[in-house]
Amino acid sequence: MRPPPLLDVRDLRRNFGSFAAVDGVTLSVQPGEVTALIGANGAGKTTFYNLISGRLRPTGGSIFYRGRDITGTPPHSITRMGIARSFQITNIFDQLRVIENVQVALVIRQGKGTRWWRRAARDEDLRLQAGELLERLGLSGLAMARAGTLSHGDKRLVELAIVLATDPQLVLLDEPTAGMTPEETHAVVDLIARLAETGPQTFFLTEHDMDVVFGLARRVFVMHRGRLLAEGSPDEIRANPEVRNAYLGEEVY
Amino acid sequence: MTGRGAARRVTLLALLAVLAAWPWLAPYFAIFLMTEILILGLFAASFNLLFGYTGLLSFGHAAYFGTGAYVAALLLRDMAPPFLAVLAAAAVGAAVVALVIGWFSVRLTEVYFAMLTLAFGMMVYALVHQWRGLTGGSDGVAGFPLTAPLPGVAVNIADPVNYYYLTLILVAVSAYVLHRITVSPFGLILRSLRENSERASFAGVPVRRYRLAAFVVSGLFSGLAGALFAPFNRIAVPEMAHWTQSAEPVLMTILGGSQYFFGPFLGAGVFLLLRQWITSYTQEWMFFLGVILAFLVVFLPRGLLGLFDRWLGGRS
Amino acid sequence: MSTFVAALLNSLDIGMLLFVIASGLTIVFGVLGVLNFAHGALYMLGAYFALTAVRWIELPFWAALVIVPFAVAILAAAVERLALRRIYARHPTQALLLTFAFLLILNDAVRMIWGPGYQIIDPPRALTGTFVLAGAVYPLYSLFVIASGAAVGLAVWLLFSRTLIGKRIRAAALDRDMALAVGIDVPRLYTLVFAFGAWLAAFGGALAAPMRALGPAMGDRIIIESFIIVVIGGLGSFPGALLGALILGALHGFGGRWFPQFDIVWPYVGMALVLLLRPHGLLGRSA
Ligand SMILES: Nc1ncnc2c1ncn2[C@@H]1O[C@H](COP(=O)(O)OP(=O)(O)O)[C@@H](O)[C@H]1O
Ligand SMILES: [Mg+2]
Repeated sequence: MRPPPLLDVRDLRRNFGSFAAVDGVTLSVQPGEVTALIGANGAGKTTFYNLISGRLRPTGGSIFYRGRDITGTPPHSITRMGIARSFQITNIFDQLRVIENVQVALVIRQGKGTRWWRRAARDEDLRLQAGELLERLGLSGLAMARAGTLSHGDKRLVELAIVLATDPQLVLLDEPTAGMTPEETHAVVDLIARLAETGPQTFFLTEHDMDVVFGLARRVFVMHRGRLLAEGSPDEIRANPEVRNAYLGEEVY
Repeated sequence: MTGRGAARRVTLLALLAVLAAWPWLAPYFAIFLMTEILILGLFAASFNLLFGYTGLLSFGHAAYFGTGAYVAALLLRDMAPPFLAVLAAAAVGAAVVALVIGWFSVRLTEVYFAMLTLAFGMMVYALVHQWRGLTGGSDGVAGFPLTAPLPGVAVNIADPVNYYYLTLILVAVSAYVLHRITVSPFGLILRSLRENSERASFAGVPVRRYRLAAFVVSGLFSGLAGALFAPFNRIAVPEMAHWTQSAEPVLMTILGGSQYFFGPFLGAGVFLLLRQWITSYTQEWMFFLGVILAFLVVFLPRGLLGLFDRWLGGRS
Repeated sequence: MSTFVAALLNSLDIGMLLFVIASGLTIVFGVLGVLNFAHGALYMLGAYFALTAVRWIELPFWAALVIVPFAVAILAAAVERLALRRIYARHPTQALLLTFAFLLILNDAVRMIWGPGYQIIDPPRALTGTFVLAGAVYPLYSLFVIASGAAVGLAVWLLFSRTLIGKRIRAAALDRDMALAVGIDVPRLYTLVFAFGAWLAAFGGALAAPMRALGPAMGDRIIIESFIIVVIGGLGSFPGALLGALILGALHGFGGRWFPQFDIVWPYVGMALVLLLRPHGLLGRSA
């Protein structure tokens, strides 16, 4: 008996002109199960995430989140429903302080966006929760720095902090370790593993670093030219000859 | 941090003291000059809530300034209610106009936003200019009385010193409110939109709604500034709604520094002083303004306060 | 009937003049991403340079019409090198502000050099006459403006679609980095395109000089109208500039005749409508 899926995607399509970047993908993500989406560059992973997170409108198909049809819902509503994402290319608030980056999401989540009189800096709730989150990600020392001045790896952590600050049920991470040094990658993998273990969030990530995927994920989907090629446990995927041919054979990493 | 904060507070108190004593300190004409600086400073600061804090360049802010000016002038001419009621009505009127125009405008960004606000601004100008029955067309609305601030408060605001104090109080209060807005949670959301509206929407921010809110608040205070400006000049003319009037807060803000709360006020002061000074030598003061603006945009995009900051060895 | 023809002719001569000017604005935006607020001032400069050439240097008008746009283009190239190129990397609104500064400078510079009053240039003798069409009398110069506008438009279109330099410019407009990567000297191309935009504005100015009074604020109205045109047609779209200019010309030619009291507001209503319904203009490529 499997629990009802957290995310249920049916026959999702997206065309750019006549080119189908996502070509009829059906998959579901179970709560609490770290899931990975792998595939060569250009396979359509980012486009797939853009569809789920509301950045792009699907050409066809539908997306159900906790049983509810969210196809065509705008990004901010999707975020507030509990799906948060990071971007393949780091996307944060450069000129704001690190702690403020996190507080943007907290303000919305705590329904404080209409407070125009009280100082944000004096709001204990905002300060404590942001502090706690930064602590968890090892960013405490950088709380007051302008986010744009951080190292690449730290910026990616700031983005992860923003994502977690929205209090998501489902976290979409688009190549969370892209451009990181091996040490940073290691640290982020540990972090995600720890969060997945303890937290209420379900992680759904794309990667093309296989070590990362096989270390983290319990369930793996393989995308190839817009279509789903295979799914299964890491071991099954590793042993799947079709995947070897189509994907591992292309030597993308 | 605290050192800077304390220094800022002392500077601010000193500034307020000088402003309070201004009518005794300065020659008579300077009372008018300072009144104008305060009013246009408020206009620029309202504009900057949208530009510097929310990241939207409006080229049509004279629409709200002009609405405020005309609502005030017409109310005074036709009904002569207490002056503070006039100001409140004018500000609300401008906010309503901003709500309508903003509702359409916030769909766009960057130059498209600038062009759309310019277009709407010019529609307001055309309306004011052509609706002769109500507004007197290009002659404007003049000859209205200046009423007591509140019923029973028999202060003659036609006296320039009294008008100056009334302006000072209202501008100071407005500036305080605007400042509180910029450091509030709401203000934080606005700044996040300026930085990266896409990230903001993926952090759960309904981007358009917040842009619209900023637009309306900005229009409200611009309207208040306009409502102070028309009685100050004893006339409301269509030029107060023209795009050249919209350009003024833009210039003042760039001059002072759009990333600083007081930038627009400083910019207004420098702008009007320069105008006073240069026009005493030549009619072509816009030439010099243009040279200064070009220099600032290329070499000092953070404005005079940015320069000052760097001078003090502040953050880079 | 004759009022209709008159309105049509009037629409066309205003429209073609605006087309020449606005095409410069839209090309510069399309390639550089800069919305040039000083474009109307460059138009004014074209008119005043023509005034000087004809009145003081006593060149024939034809010669002025050829030389003046190049003079203004050289000036624009210098400005691009000295100031504009320093800020391409910044937010696009910065360029709008910088060119606004140029507008302020040029407006007053013209006032200082040529004086604040209105001035006029006579059309060349060959074009001073009138002609009769459908029972009404029209200035011959209007026809000349329409023909010149069409000729310049055609030349520009050929330049962009048929020549190597045109191809390079289009490549740079599509993707600056890619253009750099394939070895196009993009900075030089930018200077060239900016100067070419100025050339078009100044040509419009010189062309307009014999039919409009010259005054130091003559560029202000033109820049606003050019903004409206390129927004309506689609920022960066060359055919869009033609369409927008013809629409605006028609609003002037017909609207001015039948709804004079709304003369100033129609173009803005049109621009706002287009921005709201099709933010990238009638013929613009959508983002
Ligand atoms: N906005 C777009 N317009 C046109 N083509 C796009 C767009 N976004 C992605 N594509 C194309 O879709 C395909 C899938 O891209 P993407 O989803 O980024 O793949 P991945 O993330 O797996 O590397 C690629 O061929 C890419 O060029
Ligand atoms: Mg990708």
